[in-house]
Parts: sequence; structure tokens; C-alpha cells
Amino acid sequence: MYFLSLAAPAAHGEAAGGAAFPPFDPWHFPSQLFWLAILFGALYLALSRFILPKLGGVIESREDTIADSLDEAARLNEQSKEAKQQQDLALAEARAKARETADKARAKVEAEIAAETAKVDGELAERLAEAESRIQTMRTEAMSNVEQIATNATQAMLGRLGIAVNEAEARQAVARNTQQEG
Amino acid sequence: MNLSFHQMADPMHQFEVQKLFDLQVAGFDLSFTNAAFYMLVSVALIIIFFGLAASRGKLIPSRSQSIAEIGYGFVANMVRSTAGEEGLKFFPFVFTLFFFVFFANMIGMVPYAFTTTSHLVVTGALALLVISIVIVYGLFKNGLKFFKLFAPSGAPFLIYFLLVPIEVVSFIARPITLALRLFANMLAGHIMLKLFATFAAQLFAAAIAGTALLGVVGVLAFTMGVALNALELLVAGLQAYIFAILTCVYLNDALHPSH
Repeated sequence: MYFLSLAAPAAHGEAAGGAAFPPFDPWHFPSQLFWLAILFGALYLALSRFILPKLGGVIESREDTIADSLDEAARLNEQSKEAKQQQDLALAEARAKARETADKARAKVEAEIAAETAKVDGELAERLAEAESRIQTMRTEAMSNVEQIATNATQAMLGRLGIAVNEAEARQAVARNTQQEG
Repeated sequence: MNLSFHQMADPMHQFEVQKLFDLQVAGFDLSFTNAAFYMLVSVALIIIFFGLAASRGKLIPSRSQSIAEIGYGFVANMVRSTAGEEGLKFFPFVFTLFFFVFFANMIGMVPYAFTTTSHLVVTGALALLVISIVIVYGLFKNGLKFFKLFAPSGAPFLIYFLLVPIEVVSFIARPITLALRLFANMLAGHIMLKLFATFAAQLFAAAIAGTALLGVVGVLAFTMGVALNALELLVAGLQAYIFAILTCVYLNDALHPSH
């Protein structure tokens, strides 16, 4: 019974008196066209005049913002690179300057040390020479004293033995002996 | 009970136009019908959806604004890729056309809703509008060079006797196929949906009434109905896309008639 009803619709449509196929029923054509024209026209106006320009503007402004931000980021990146370069430069300069200062200081100290050493050496040599010359004079003095003492001692010893010699003879004898030895 | 069931089961019933308010102007019946009502619904939905997205216009879009902007970009790309940068002057028209058809098709997928685009008058009017714009703008912009469209350059002279009639016929066929494709797809799809749905309902009723075996067939019909629903959703989107992209292709001919 329910199966039979599947075939029924067509019969029902015809029985109702209207056309069997609603889309081709012409009574509603003017109404359809009229409302389509009004509604489609209204939609076109609303979209093209107000909505789409605004939506496009929003999308464009977003793209602009993104592009601007990217530009800004690139600029800042560039700036930071530059700053780093400058810092490296400054660092290298400072390092060179420090080295230079250190070298200068070292050179100065070395020169001072050399000068001092030279001065001290000179003094020492002077004093040494002085001392040596003093020793020399003392030695020659002492040597001459020794000869005198030896002459005197020879005179004295010979006097004790009862041989009188004068001073010049005694000196001669001493000189002879010391020269033989020397 | 049987009579009302007939009405419910009639697969053509969903396409019937019924008057909601009577309106007669100069001998024309311009009544506000259910067809006009659903047209109004889709137009209102489009304006609300895109209007809200545009009026909020946030830099970081909400979900709905994002979808609206994707729709904008989708249609803009479609116009740009088929009709070139000059085609963008028709962007609002193609946008209106695409979303009008898309929303009408999608609203048609709601059970008991009327499918505006299942009427040849509507699709035919839209197709005629498209082809009128193509002809008027093509003649306005290119003058008589527009007719180069029917005689592509580079063919041997004798071939033109064959080529020109073919091109003319294919040009005349454009609005007809444009209108029929959308109309037939929506009509056939909705008839199929209705048939499988009522078939399943009747089989289940028969099963409850005692013939248990029919219930098994009912499940099959129901499954088929669900699958057809998915297919029809695809068709609803696809046909709107096809309508819009063919419009772009035809507009491209008006912009650049010498191929």
C-alpha cells in the first residue's frame, strides 16, 4: 500500500489542476524576476558600494601593516648590525690603544732601568777605579815603606853584628836582593 | 492520512512556488512568494555575514571575519586568474553572483527550505545578465573588434566558413548551458534527496507495520540518502563555483576578444 503511493505524486499534481512541473509553471515568472531583480540589485549595491571596499580596505591595511612591520624589523636589524660593527670597531681601537699604552709604558720603564743601570755601573766603575788607584798608591807606598823597613832592619841587624853600614849601602843591598827575588 | 502523505512524498512539491503576500502591479503578478522569501534570506545572510566582517574590520581578524576575507580573496583570485587584472572591475559583480548562488544552494540544503536556484527563471535571468554584460561591455570596450571572438586569427581562410558558425553557436549556447547546468543540478539533486528520504521513510513504516525485511532495504535507502546529502553539499558549492568561474571566463572574452 505504501509502495503504491510512490507512483501517486504525478497523478496528484495533475489532479490538482496545476502544471505537473512547478519550475515551468509560468504564473510565478514575473514575481520571480521582479524579486530577483530587486534582491540581486540590492545585494550588488550593498556589496559593491559599502561592504567590499571596506573589506578590501581592511585586508589591504593589514598587508600594509605587515609590510611596514617587516620593513621596521629589517631596519632595526640593520641598525643592530651597524651598532655591532661600531662596537667591534671601538673594541679593536681600544685594544690597540691599550696595547700601545702598555708598550709605551714598558719602553719607558725599560729605558729608565737601562739609564739607572748605566748610571750605577758608571758610578761603580768610577769607584772601582778610584779604589784601584788608591790600592795602587797604597801598595807603592807600602812597598816603598817595606824597602825602608828592610833597609832599616838590615842596618840595625848589621849594627848588632858590629858592621856599620850607611843607609845608602843598605838600601842598595836590599834593592839588589828584592830585584833578584822579584 | 494517505492524502497528506502523498503531498509529503511528492518530490516536486518542494519546487512549488506559493504566494505569501499578494501583489499585483500593472497586470503582473508580483506576489511575494516562498521563492522570494528564501532569496531574501540568502541576500540578508550575505549582507549580515560580510557586513559584520567589514564593519568590524579588525587588524587581527576573528574567525568569521577570517572566513569572510578568505571568501573575498577566493573570488578576487578567481577573477584575477581567469580575466586578468582588468577583470577586477567586475569583481563586485562576480562576488555578488558567486555568493548569491552559493548561499541559495546551501540554504536549499536545509530540509524544507526552498531552493531559489532550482528554478530555470532565476538561473536563466542570471545567465542572461552575465551574457548581456559580456556583450554590452565587449562592444563598448572593443567596438567591432569584439566580433573577432567569432573568428580567431591564424586559421586558413576557408576554415572560417566552418569556424565562424561554430563559434557563434557556441557563444549562443553559453547562457543556455550556464542556466541549465545550475538549474538541472539543483533540481535533480533535490529530487533525488527527496526520493531517497521518502523511500526510506516508507520502507521503515512498512517494516514497523510488519514486513521486517523491508526495514533492511530501508536502511540501504537511508544510507544512500545520507551519501547523497554529502554529494549534494559538494554539488551546491561546486555549481556556485562553476557559475562564477564561467562568468569570469566569458568576461575575459569581453575584455580580450582576440583570444
